[in-house]
Amino acid sequence: MDVLLDNLDLYGPGFLNTVELFLISAVGSLVLGTILAMLRVAPVPVMRAIGTTYVTLIRNTPLTLVFFFFALAFPLLEIVNADTFGGSAASYYFSAALMALILYTAAFVCEVVRSGINTVPVGQAEASRALGLTFGQMLGSVVLPQATRAVVPPMMSTMIALLKNTTIAAGFSVFQAGSISLNLSERGENQLIGLLWVAAFFIVLVIPMTLLQRSLEKRWSIAR
Amino acid sequence: MSSVLFDVPGPRARLRHRLYAALTIVVVAGLIGFVLYRFAATGQFEGKKWSWLEYVNIQLSLVDALLNTLKAFGLGAVFALVFGAVFAAGQLSDHKIIRVPSMLVVELFRAVPLVVLIFVFHYGVSPGPPLYSVVLGLTLYNGSVLAEVFRAGVLSLPRGQSEAAYAVGMRKTQVMTNVLLPQAVRAMLPAIISQLVVLLKDTALGFLITYDELLDFARDIGSYFEFGRPLIPVTIVVAALYISMCLLLTWLATYLEKRSRRDKKVIELEKNPAEDVVAAAV
Repeated sequence: MDVLLDNLDLYGPGFLNTVELFLISAVGSLVLGTILAMLRVAPVPVMRAIGTTYVTLIRNTPLTLVFFFFALAFPLLEIVNADTFGGSAASYYFSAALMALILYTAAFVCEVVRSGINTVPVGQAEASRALGLTFGQMLGSVVLPQATRAVVPPMMSTMIALLKNTTIAAGFSVFQAGSISLNLSERGENQLIGLLWVAAFFIVLVIPMTLLQRSLEKRWSIAR
Repeated sequence: MSSVLFDVPGPRARLRHRLYAALTIVVVAGLIGFVLYRFAATGQFEGKKWSWLEYVNIQLSLVDALLNTLKAFGLGAVFALVFGAVFAAGQLSDHKIIRVPSMLVVELFRAVPLVVLIFVFHYGVSPGPPLYSVVLGLTLYNGSVLAEVFRAGVLSLPRGQSEAAYAVGMRKTQVMTNVLLPQAVRAMLPAIISQLVVLLKDTALGFLITYDELLDFARDIGSYFEFGRPLIPVTIVVAALYISMCLLLTWLATYLEKRSRRDKKVIELEKNPAEDVVAAAV
């Protein structure tokens, strides 16, 4: 308990940064992932091919490698100058972590959305077209309400994974929950206890989300 | 062909689709062209930055790094499969005293981020060289996910399977090992291999605790001034290696899935539980 209470100035900001990383990259990856999913179900073959290539490449790359690229290699390309990210090294690394998390998670979000749309039987759309619904009406009142049921539970799993993945930023100079222990060792505190507190925080955050996800999955899978 | 969202296109829609296709190609070619231009402008295509590939010593250390990655993967995969099988059996046990602790362990290790788990072992317990911490972390996390996969596989089998086995006089262990597990493993093979792909990707976390695997190699070579700090070329090579290894595993999964569809020993399930579990494999 002492390790936690004596170092609240590390744990507080550390977990706040984790939450900030999580929220921004969650929004970013949901937006990008949905755009990718639109590409993957588009009637134009070129769009589908581009979506598929992106998802295949990113899904088979370790997230650590994506982090590695954005934190260390990307600045060498000089696409953006340092001032764009607030100038300081810390703010660059934070933005690099965001880019890595968004680009990586978007591939998984895309797959969840796409498979959700695919669970809706073709007959549903054909029937709504036969009734004379426009594309927007069909999407809004027939396809999406049904697809949502199939999308939300696995999307929650993806977001839980994203929350856990933010800790990888510890290896790339971003101060957040994963890097608390590295700072603790500088203060000569017991690292094992410090790390177990970090693990405990994640368990407290993740297990309720997992339970909610499972109950949603059970309730909604029967409804269809 | 009619999909859920779009009807079969008529002549005007086909024309519009061609326009969209042309626009998409222009935008994507522009993006790729811009990246290639930045590569060229910062000299990433210069011979000097790629010359490290010609040195035998560096080639050998690349092979070493690759073997270290594969070693962590191999050990992690074997231990995780064993861990998963043991804890799946524990979760399915009839005795509360075994079932509840097994469930707790599985939930616990699935909730803690793998990085934190590896840090706990490396900095907290320090059992030895980084490899130990990496393999321990990979085993506990992926083993817990695999335990869930195995459990879902066993539960998805028709009840008649175990009832018939009990009816011919098999004991509980025999029912599990001779009847349920073999069928569950076949049904869940795609999910199991997807989890192994995740495990392979997660070996890269060893980089954070200075285990000398592929990413560590990339950082080392990338800092050489003699080659003009070839961080980007080296990252491209390492990424290509990771992607091809993962794709090979994925193709193996697809091949096995296709083969199992022809195989009469596999029970056709109404809904493949593998899909639910794989969705979580990020």
